[in-house]
Amino acid sequence: MFSDRQLLLKSVEYRRQILSIIKASRAGHTGGSLSCVDILNVLYNRILRLSPETFHNPNRDRYIQSKGHSVEALYVVLADCGFFPVSELSTLNRFGSHLIGHPTRKVNGIEQNTGALGHGLSLSVGTAIAGKIDGRDYRVFTLLGDGELAEGSNWEAAMTAGHYQLDNLIAIIDRNRLQITGSTEDVNQLEPLDNKFRAFGFAVRECDGNSVPELVELLEQVPFEAERPSLLLANTKKGKGISFMENSVNWHHRVPNKEEFDRAMDELNAVAAAL
Amino acid sequence: MDLGKPNLEAFANAVRELARQDPSVLVVTSDSRGSGKLSPFGKEFPKQIIEVGIAEQNLVGVAAGLASTGKTVFAVSPACFLTARALEQIKNDVCYSDNPVKVVGISAGVSYGALGSTHHSLHDYAVLRAINNITVVAPADNLEATQAVLAAAKLRSPVYLRFGKKAMPHLPGNPADFELGKARWIRQGTDLVFVACGETVVEAFQAAELLAQDNFSAGVLSVHTIKPFDTQTILDVAGSVRAMITVEEHSVHGGLGEACAALLLEHGLAPKFKCVGIPDEYTVTGSQTEIFQYYGISPSGLAKTARKLLG
Repeated sequence: MFSDRQLLLKSVEYRRQILSIIKASRAGHTGGSLSCVDILNVLYNRILRLSPETFHNPNRDRYIQSKGHSVEALYVVLADCGFFPVSELSTLNRFGSHLIGHPTRKVNGIEQNTGALGHGLSLSVGTAIAGKIDGRDYRVFTLLGDGELAEGSNWEAAMTAGHYQLDNLIAIIDRNRLQITGSTEDVNQLEPLDNKFRAFGFAVRECDGNSVPELVELLEQVPFEAERPSLLLANTKKGKGISFMENSVNWHHRVPNKEEFDRAMDELNAVAAAL
Repeated sequence: MDLGKPNLEAFANAVRELARQDPSVLVVTSDSRGSGKLSPFGKEFPKQIIEVGIAEQNLVGVAAGLASTGKTVFAVSPACFLTARALEQIKNDVCYSDNPVKVVGISAGVSYGALGSTHHSLHDYAVLRAINNITVVAPADNLEATQAVLAAAKLRSPVYLRFGKKAMPHLPGNPADFELGKARWIRQGTDLVFVACGETVVEAFQAAELLAQDNFSAGVLSVHTIKPFDTQTILDVAGSVRAMITVEEHSVHGGLGEACAALLLEHGLAPKFKCVGIPDEYTVTGSQTEIFQYYGISPSGLAKTARKLLG
């Protein structure tokens, strides 16, 4: 098992790779990938009972990324975990590449094709119900963006998750509070998000979603309560880890130029050196 | 002609039979078990029916999640809501992700009659034909409905099954003649051919009988599988008759008629041709039968169109 320090170093390396592949392919969702990568790091390296060897095992834990646009974070983590060679990351978005700009089952390790918002929770509910029917002990994790919660299908799915008491379902919200137009609260108010999910039957917990120790501590406890789906409100920063990208709508899908990229690498190198 | 059951009921009976043999057969409903004739299924297999309430998007997403684990899943809801409101879930969660859900549109076409356009599905062939990785099936009678369900259950890829709600007469034929993707001859003819699908096949069959009284020889081809399209059978017959009339309970845009027209044009075949369906207008108020009659999707209406084409 990786130590906490190793996980912290991985988060830095993942951020380097995210920025590198976005810069190389000249496209990508920079801010959202940086906000959710610590969550993916903890899931794949500490929580999920899943590996390239067990990916087709019916008892494996499932991870479905509803906020598909943050695919760069997912590809980087999957490559690091051995689902496909790290060298393939450089083909992102290239003509004919299987590394498409949203999650695709063409890539080993990906459960469902996502990208249109508001789909992951229903898919996860169905997969979790199947687990209950079959008496399997796998868990289904899904990562939702906060902006995507305006899609009504999420709330249809949330109602069903509560109705069927799916304690094998864990939804994590990458609560970075920004979407492409601006603050989620200005666009179409989400708060009180915790109480909304509680009202739908979820057991809700909250943490710093960019804190590896906090994520580990909470995700090791799932389900948070018996006979209830779990909801982790992971409070993150869009663009986390790069000072000039943090909390900036401009970096929703902006690609760093050479100067910005070099500055970002310097910042990440300094973080790594301090670990 | 002997009157059978609604195709919807043939579907429900077939799924119940499948569930008796296989506990991995599941039905997912959106408050639609009553209208889907699935109440007996629910009573017999309470653990094999999953209710999500009136939420079609969730219905399809949940069905896709279930199917991803290897279950044989029928997602059942009125066709009008299923193929419009949940179209993105069908496109992405079922087709693009290749989760082999059987998407079942019930009370399809203008089955709901006077309930109006909110409850009609006259667009489903068009939208689903344009989506990759889905088989689209509109059975004509109980035989085709039952065989379509059994064949769909075996297929490890997405399928759309479309059923109406009125009792259907039995057309000639036997189960061994049914094959997904292969049009089925109901009646042979040498002067013209009706190329029909779904519940309009019986109207075409009865029109062919009327035409026989006038010494016109009319064939009837049931294109139960609209996608993949049986191009060879249609090309073969197009080259041997004077006229082709396509018949469908669907908009004249994007359905069976336009598929045939494009096929014939691409192959340089030019029999006299007429596409009969619902025109691009607010559908007249009435029962399914009245709507059919109004738009000429009836034995007398189709016979009249045929006589005109044949001169």
